[in-house]
Amino acid sequence: MTVAALIASDALSEIEQDALAEIANMGVSRAANSLRQMVGEQVLLSVPAVKIVTREAASKLVERNNAKKLVAVQQSFEGPFAGRALLIFPEAQSLELVRSIVGDQHSLEDVIDLEQEALAETGNIILNGCLATIANVLQRTMRMSLPSIVRGDGAALFEVEGPVSAEQFVLFLYIDFNIKERDVHGFIALLMDLPSIAALKEIVNEFISAIEKQPSGHVG
Amino acid sequence: MQYRVLIVDDSKLARMVMASAFRRVRPDWTLVETANGGEALAAISGGGVDIALIDFNMPEIDGLELVATIRKTHPGMPVAIVSANVQHEIIGRARELNAGFIPKPLTDEALAAFLSGATLRLKKVTP
Repeated sequence: MTVAALIASDALSEIEQDALAEIANMGVSRAANSLRQMVGEQVLLSVPAVKIVTREAASKLVERNNAKKLVAVQQSFEGPFAGRALLIFPEAQSLELVRSIVGDQHSLEDVIDLEQEALAETGNIILNGCLATIANVLQRTMRMSLPSIVRGDGAALFEVEGPVSAEQFVLFLYIDFNIKERDVHGFIALLMDLPSIAALKEIVNEFISAIEKQPSGHVG
Repeated sequence: MQYRVLIVDDSKLARMVMASAFRRVRPDWTLVETANGGEALAAISGGGVDIALIDFNMPEIDGLELVATIRKTHPGMPVAIVSANVQHEIIGRARELNAGFIPKPLTDEALAAFLSGATLRLKKVTP
């Protein structure tokens, strides 16, 4: 099957796209709430975007308005569908984020010492909260890997030059966040390869028809 | 009554957060920090651990496997899984092992509530 045919068979309808954005929003909102508790300040979120794009296009999207040097905490997930979740922000802001979590009383040396640990645990809490909420909404179970840290440009983060080619299409779900009182902003991105998209489509459709059956139309 | 609490988490930051919460809610209790399941089991078999708070997502042995192992020798020890993985399945499996579940990010309220319950259970065992 050609890539174009795969895309056609796996393309998302408007309602599927809308449902996915809404489900992602529930996950990310929980993540934002977690981040808010950790930093003690308001976290603003953008409207989530759902796109089927190449890895390369996805990498360009996260570089937009950003310095090319990025840092990400990533966790892979497996279950009825599989992929990677990333918490991404400009590398220059990483220490400020860590400082906002461990507290301003720590010296710069302490903050640098703790950076790796703090990023991994922050990513773990935020991404787990997000993925677990999505799994619960869809009534499925997912396994999550341990967090790891990647540094580099968008291409490095999305493995554009890795074993899979840059042209490979992925489902790319992303949302911007901004810590109001600090100069910290970033993205939460979910990346899924094509075989997972078909599985996800089916589950999302189950979710949509379950909502349609509810008399009040109330969404969890 | 003061108790000894075992903290099991591979993240140093997570252990720092836990220790800081204890300084507010139970400042006089003793904490024993370990970074993995093996260290945790050694600490428990060494004796003197009353309560255990265990991260789920850890290398080698995950938190639920660790609780299952602890249950073989300590069926009544108050134990909680502490995790951001709030999936119903994970919380359900914790309940099946007679363990509590405390979501991350950790709040003083959630920790204090679990510890109050744990204290009551320990008092029943040793009146």
